[in-house]
Amino acid sequence: MSVVEAKSPTPNGNNTINKILAWFGTTLGQILVSIFVPVLTFLVLWQGYLFLQRANAPQIVQVLVAIVWGVGGVALLYVVTNWLVMKLPKRVSRVLQPFVFVGPAVAIMAWFLAIPVFRSLIASFRNYLGTEWVGFDNYKFAFTDPRMLETFRNNLLWLIFGTAFSVGLGLLIATLADRTRAEVIYKSIIFTPMAISFVGAGVIWKFIYTYKGTGVGIQEIGLLNALVTALGGTPQPWLNLPPWNNFLLIVIMIWLQTGYAMVILSSAIKGVPAELLEAARIDGATEIKTFFSVIVPYIKGTLLTVTTTIVIFSLKTFDIVRVMTGGNNGTNVIANEFYLQSFTYTDAGRASAIAIVLLLLVTPIIFNNVRQYNQARRGF
Amino acid sequence: MAKKTLKTAKQKSAFWNNFVLIIICIIWLIPIFGILITSFRPSEDIFRSGWWQVFPHKENVEVDRIVLPESVDLDGEFEILGKTATFEEFRNTVELDDGRLISWYGNKRTRTAIVSENRWVGFATNLTTKNYSDVLGGKTISYKNAEGQTITRTGNNLGGAFLNSLAVTIPGTIIPILIAAFAAFGFAWLEFPGRNIVFTVIVALLVVPLQIALVPVLKDYVNMGLNGTFLGIWLAHTGFGLPLATYLLFNYIGTIPRELLESSYIDGASNFTIFTKLILPLSVPALASFAIFQFLWLWNDYLVALVFLGEKNQTVTIAVARLVGEKGQDWHLMTSAAFISMILPLLVFLGLQRYFVRGMMAGSVKG
Repeated sequence: MSVVEAKSPTPNGNNTINKILAWFGTTLGQILVSIFVPVLTFLVLWQGYLFLQRANAPQIVQVLVAIVWGVGGVALLYVVTNWLVMKLPKRVSRVLQPFVFVGPAVAIMAWFLAIPVFRSLIASFRNYLGTEWVGFDNYKFAFTDPRMLETFRNNLLWLIFGTAFSVGLGLLIATLADRTRAEVIYKSIIFTPMAISFVGAGVIWKFIYTYKGTGVGIQEIGLLNALVTALGGTPQPWLNLPPWNNFLLIVIMIWLQTGYAMVILSSAIKGVPAELLEAARIDGATEIKTFFSVIVPYIKGTLLTVTTTIVIFSLKTFDIVRVMTGGNNGTNVIANEFYLQSFTYTDAGRASAIAIVLLLLVTPIIFNNVRQYNQARRGF
Repeated sequence: MAKKTLKTAKQKSAFWNNFVLIIICIIWLIPIFGILITSFRPSEDIFRSGWWQVFPHKENVEVDRIVLPESVDLDGEFEILGKTATFEEFRNTVELDDGRLISWYGNKRTRTAIVSENRWVGFATNLTTKNYSDVLGGKTISYKNAEGQTITRTGNNLGGAFLNSLAVTIPGTIIPILIAAFAAFGFAWLEFPGRNIVFTVIVALLVVPLQIALVPVLKDYVNMGLNGTFLGIWLAHTGFGLPLATYLLFNYIGTIPRELLESSYIDGASNFTIFTKLILPLSVPALASFAIFQFLWLWNDYLVALVFLGEKNQTVTIAVARLVGEKGQDWHLMTSAAFISMILPLLVFLGLQRYFVRGMMAGSVKG
């Protein structure tokens, strides 16, 4: 099957057109065109940029222009670069063309991820302005300051409880739903919070935890305090109460992430061979025993992947804490302390040290990913 | 007989499965349900009572107000509707013999007592869309706060923020996919020096926390005048999304049969033509999976937008977060704003869940 059509020969037009076309065929013409096209491309894109910078059109127009300019611009750059490379002698273009394909991606990843690792590493040994070397001072702060110790403790809580409950509940729901007829409905409901932003989830849960104070005729409008009152307790400003506030924030993460664990584990459970389950049941194993001695060992690999992903997530948790408590009242986490150091206290040194600490925490996972990739590649 | 007990046991366990799942699902949905209802209630009502009170319930309803004449001395004991008590007692609510309640209105000087009765109240009928129109627009709005006072202030222009979010997410989704598709094709099918090393580095970058990049890149942006621009945030999202996009598309494009490409090369097609005419159309499922992933990620992103866009060109997440920060008690605005911020991702998500799940499975290595 030939998907690509062969080029049709140049149609016979009238003489003038042929002459102009012939001129384009000369070396000089080619060079001029090769210069003209990129310059024109650049001018068009630059005009778009200026239009967006001036920002004096109605917002809807701005937005539409931005979308067309951004998407069209990138596509245009590829087309023009490739066209230019193809104009070069075949020997050269063959060597250069792969870089047209991978070059932009590699350059952007280098700028935004790879090089920043080293820039942050250097900045972490310099002072808050980045003007002088300060040795390990920023790391001393990162590992011994009470603020940081608090964030480590809290991230550990997030890591342990957030991950355990997300994965545990996800596994429970996936297993139970697998045996019901309404499986799709249950799973969709549990999965839905995945689409909600942490900021939106923050509003939702802040409303649940809200506290109105005590007084005559005051009705609690937050669900949690209303329940507490209905059960005869006293309403509390929950988000100000350490250490419980940490757990209330972790509940939000569980609410958001259980769906993720459930979906992935659910498909793994479906992969357990029916014969294995049948054999276990014939041997007289109870449902619970079958679950722990057949299903869990079978999906061990998937469980590990899901756990890893949620562990990384819990280490980087930021939005929920930022929106709910701002990190006050003993709820601070590493990523929020990073934000405070870099943008509130503008201490680039400490912020970079914290970023490096975050990177160190995920390093084992990075090594594992690379090892697995290399194994898979050699397996081909 | 044995068969029958097995069947009933099965039915019993199915019942418990469903029971537990229904309870969990209700717990999962109540938070969303709560803010959905709240967002349609008048601001005064939100401050006065919980959202569950829109459903039929028993409540103390005011039936009468009694203004005491000046002759009554409020400092001692006095009588209202045949009940004698002190002011403090009335203020803490006194129950009459027929079950009606007497409480005080405002402070002592109002000389007004409220008589209320515990009776059934039906569904709330005063739901409104005013909260939505208030929070969407950027003009001056007024509403009543917890104490019943009228508050006037500038709206939050969430409509504008919504447009900005579109301007961030649409190119921020398409650009990295395009760049990643080119790169994935290059890594999968073209020969060039350093190919394996570079791709290994990309795999390593999959879980690098983006915090590492914020400070250095922001410095570059300030120098280049890119801070606060759409171009700047597209580039940032492209940078942070590219490792996963390239990795996923590489895995997908690598599985396209070699013979298909070779026959096209024999037909004389260039790499570029093969890419646009063959690879891209064949990769649509993988592209779609990643697109949904990236779209949701960008729409819901807060940190990157906060750092690179700030309050200029604010996105919905920033607008909602600001609303929470500024006015911690304006629940009528916060709930409607939160709901507006959730509509589009929820629609995309529920409509294209299948693709999303597929992308998620393939990409569960990313943090």
